[in-house]
Amino acid sequence: MQAVSSPPAYPVLHDASATSQAVVQVRGVHKSYDTVEALRDITLDFPRGALTSLLGPSGCGKTTLLKIIAGLIPATSGDVRVNGRAVTRPGPERAFVFQDFALMPWATVQRNVAFGLELRGTPLRERQATARHYIAEVGLTGFEERYPHELSGGMRQRVGLARALAVNADVLLLDEPFSAVDEQTRRKFQEDLLGLRERERKTFIFVTHSIEEAVYLSDQIVMLSRRPGRLSRIVEPKVDHSGTPDEIRRDPRYLDTVEEIWQVLREFVD
Amino acid sequence: MRLCGYRIPMMASLLIWCVLWEVVGRLGLVFLLPPFTDVIAALGELAGKASFWNATVVTLRSFVVGMIMAIAVGVPLGTLMGRSKAADRLLGMWVNIFVSAPLSALVPILIILFGLGETTVMLSVFLFAVWIIALDARAGVGEIQHSLEEMALSYGATPVQLYGKIIVWAALPEILAGIRIGFIRGVKGVVIGQLLVSVIGYGEMFELYSRNFLMAEFWALTILLFAFAMLVAEGVGSIEKRVGYYAGARQ
Repeated sequence: MQAVSSPPAYPVLHDASATSQAVVQVRGVHKSYDTVEALRDITLDFPRGALTSLLGPSGCGKTTLLKIIAGLIPATSGDVRVNGRAVTRPGPERAFVFQDFALMPWATVQRNVAFGLELRGTPLRERQATARHYIAEVGLTGFEERYPHELSGGMRQRVGLARALAVNADVLLLDEPFSAVDEQTRRKFQEDLLGLRERERKTFIFVTHSIEEAVYLSDQIVMLSRRPGRLSRIVEPKVDHSGTPDEIRRDPRYLDTVEEIWQVLREFVD
Repeated sequence: MRLCGYRIPMMASLLIWCVLWEVVGRLGLVFLLPPFTDVIAALGELAGKASFWNATVVTLRSFVVGMIMAIAVGVPLGTLMGRSKAADRLLGMWVNIFVSAPLSALVPILIILFGLGETTVMLSVFLFAVWIIALDARAGVGEIQHSLEEMALSYGATPVQLYGKIIVWAALPEILAGIRIGFIRGVKGVVIGQLLVSVIGYGEMFELYSRNFLMAEFWALTILLFAFAMLVAEGVGSIEKRVGYYAGARQ
């Protein structure tokens, strides 16, 4: 849909291959609200096709960073590039999944999922077909004509996810998508997300405060320090997902990574 | 409802009051209160008169035009106040004064400005209804779930789409509640306007009946107006319930 031909206008901080690999580049981002400094000097790359988690104590600005990448909040200074282009506002190459689902209560599942396409003026028949495809993809077939209040929390978030998938964005931004659902649903959801990542080949940026969740799902974990949020550490868990979920959760590598991250994060807890 | 183990039908209380009215009327205790059956008979008579139907047309016309103006001004005004802090500070004081002010006092000024005609009555309907509609629209728009707006923006909504597809819909329950109360106030406006103008519509008839102590006709017309106000409010209320059903699930 969009040309990716714009030259890498950025001074070379990384080598050229890394630049082409990184679909989202964050450079020297600061964010202040009046007197409160929320983010300080964040420079980060988000590799294409990978799932990156933003992890940190509450109030560390991880959601703020996600919304800056989404173009919903302007950065005070620094800049964000997606596919090499500077972000000034939301764009079709990014789609957002909200913590509180943000579904239109007056619209059916079908219309909610197709809403991004509706805003773009996609013809009704086409967007309904696309919506149905992604409703099936997230396992909600049969619920097309239901309203959000008729669904459980987990199902509502599936609608939010299907809506983000339906616009066929390169980058999916997920703001604590599982925090409002129960633990069982959450685990099922995590499995589905891994499957989806395999099938859809998209870049996921994922905000969470759960260390286990981050380690379980991510290719890369970005840890932010307490306010003002600074880059604390980047970890690549390299968890082998060939086993069953229970095996993975008993895997020493998984457990060691969780422990390692906990040791870093616990200094922010007091 | 059950009383002493007996099931009491829904309209029973209304029936009790009608019987009580009839008894008090028959006893002739208060000459202002004729028996209820006389009032019903007068109602039947009214329905046969051309003057009644003319008055009804005039009254309905003033009411409908006044309400359309009130909704057309009130909803955008309230939306503006709900969206913009500056507009809210600038206009909020006036809307709040007018919503609770005794507006009947302003009708004579309307008469001076617009004469003894339908325009004055339409404007008094408008004046009675518009403020509460604005205030409720403001409340609805001001309390929209922030993420819903962010959602629309993140999926590329234009300002027109943001208002047309999100804001109006999200605020619809409050907007409708305002319109329902606005309708009730509008009935007040049309009656007070016509009474003060007193040469058109029901106002003229009220004037005629009360001056000549035609109490049965007077009460018949009053009951009719009350019933109309209730019916209109119920009508909007039933739309509200349908919408409330969806909006009740606001997260």
